[in-house]
Amino acid sequence: MAYFIQLAFAGLAQGCIYALVALGFTIIFKSSGVINFAQGEFLLVGAFIASVATFEWGLNFFLAVFIALLITVLIGVLFERFALRYMIGRPAFAIIMITIGLDILLRTGVVMTGKANERPPATPYGIASGVNYGGVHFGENALWTILVTLICCVALYIFFRYTRYGLAMRAAAIDQEAALAMGVNIRLVYALAWGIAAAVATIAGIFLAINVTTFDSTLGSIALFAFPAIILGGLDSIPGAVVGGVVIGLVQLLTQGYESHIANFVGIGFDTITPYLLMIIILLVRPYGLFGTRKVERV
Amino acid sequence: MIAAMATLSLNILSGYTGLISLGITFFMGIGAYTAAWLGGPHPFFPGDPVGLNLSIFIWLPAAGVVAALTGALVGPTALRLKGFYLAIVTLALVFIGLYLFKNARAITGGPQGRIFPTPSFGDLSFSSPTPVFGVLLTTNQWYFLLLTPLLALMALFVHNVMRSRAGRAFQAVRDNETGAAIIGVNLFQAKMSAFIFSSFLAGIAGALWASYPGGYAEPNTWNLILAIQFVAAMLVGGVASVWGSILGAAFVFGLPLALDTFSLIPQSTSNTGLTSGDLSAILYGLLIILFMLFEPTGVIGFIRRVTSLIQRFDERAKVKGGVKANASEPVELES
Repeated sequence: MAYFIQLAFAGLAQGCIYALVALGFTIIFKSSGVINFAQGEFLLVGAFIASVATFEWGLNFFLAVFIALLITVLIGVLFERFALRYMIGRPAFAIIMITIGLDILLRTGVVMTGKANERPPATPYGIASGVNYGGVHFGENALWTILVTLICCVALYIFFRYTRYGLAMRAAAIDQEAALAMGVNIRLVYALAWGIAAAVATIAGIFLAINVTTFDSTLGSIALFAFPAIILGGLDSIPGAVVGGVVIGLVQLLTQGYESHIANFVGIGFDTITPYLLMIIILLVRPYGLFGTRKVERV
Repeated sequence: MIAAMATLSLNILSGYTGLISLGITFFMGIGAYTAAWLGGPHPFFPGDPVGLNLSIFIWLPAAGVVAALTGALVGPTALRLKGFYLAIVTLALVFIGLYLFKNARAITGGPQGRIFPTPSFGDLSFSSPTPVFGVLLTTNQWYFLLLTPLLALMALFVHNVMRSRAGRAFQAVRDNETGAAIIGVNLFQAKMSAFIFSSFLAGIAGALWASYPGGYAEPNTWNLILAIQFVAAMLVGGVASVWGSILGAAFVFGLPLALDTFSLIPQSTSNTGLTSGDLSAILYGLLIILFMLFEPTGVIGFIRRVTSLIQRFDERAKVKGGVKANASEPVELES
């Protein structure tokens, strides 16, 4: 039982990271209908800058995180302004590709600094520290991950529900033209969406980097597991992204933990595909996800 | 050139039919392992991956056929989805493929990889330096000789198919699905045949890719980064164009080699870890963005525009000179 709780806890923490990444995807998709394949590289760039700022420049952790947030948000907003703005109305394929282009640029950019191998993550607390309770180890990082994810969710909820800009973003998501007619500044909405997405990705990246203890330029590939999460939760649903992320994290960690019992049957590395198998099943049964809007299309 | 074949295969699916696929390496892997299974050397030690040691005339087409069959198997599931969803599912396919390849030890040799057959016709081996007509050709030159006609054949084939009824149907599906259905295109059939056709070529390209001198590949060869490189090649070269595929592949896959060969990068940068691969990655990442923004049809679109400009300029000059512009050959525009 303790083993199960341990796995479930680790899964929850992992799921929170997926949830943060998935949030970024959903916010961008909802406001502008773009799927940002470069989301994973925001994780990498964020974690990388934080790490460089702490270890090379000797800055305080929180200052480093602040700088990382600033830079990734800037990248997100600038990319939206100078590349995606001109892609409106182009086919989905072109838009996917341009974000993949950004993905390649960001990843290679990090590699090119020549400092991307075996980087220690920036962290305010010990990597392995934590408390033991009832035979279960609750890692400090995992606890913080869950807590911060919760805070992010609440903050985003308040932002969308009670602020002027949150309202503008929701209006733009429902009907862009009507929102424009009502005087909503769509450009600001897009910029905000990219900024928020980049910021949550940076937070996720910093936690993820602590979680894996040392990281290199492949850190961003973790974002690929957020795809199953957003499909599961529904592409355009923000609570769905969070639920989907947590479910995917749990499923993955549980299969990983119990894999050795069924290894003869499923072989090695089964946990790397369970999220995708789950996603394919969801796509076949309920393509709009658990919380997504049903889209009716007649031919 | 093998890359050009794979890019060509991707172009059928994504460029001509408009189905976004990131799963090309999955089909390349399937093709490669089929080739290895049929054409690989007999197991030397017990526990070595199996190989039936058949000739290239069997394993090369078989690689394509098995990949096509896999495509037919996966197709109905994948093709119910559109746009982003399809891209994500094909992406999942790559991971599922990696998992399968790592676990099917008997055929793939597990995570350590296995030896692949080398192309040879009877005694004539394409993988070792052999003198012919008194000229000693290196392995690479032999490979070049083998691949050039194959690629030419494929390119011609794709070019012709795209001008046939089926090819037109593919393009109609890309441009407007509803419209295509209304004018009588069987959507499912068209998408399926594009998928299978593309898988077939990907399988052949995969077999050749793995058997390239050295003939050794791990399951991790067939990863997502390779798939994205093919997509990049297609976009830089030109979507829905045979020549574009070849140019794009030459660019994306040849650039690191060219940078290495001509050592355009000063030696000092080797300390900072900047490799030619990284530099070309930056270049094509940048190029994708620029091309998507300014010239969505790729290099080939650019070339076409320039040639048509020159021709127009020519004709105008002729008219001015009092010579009646003959009905000169219209600019050949492949759609």
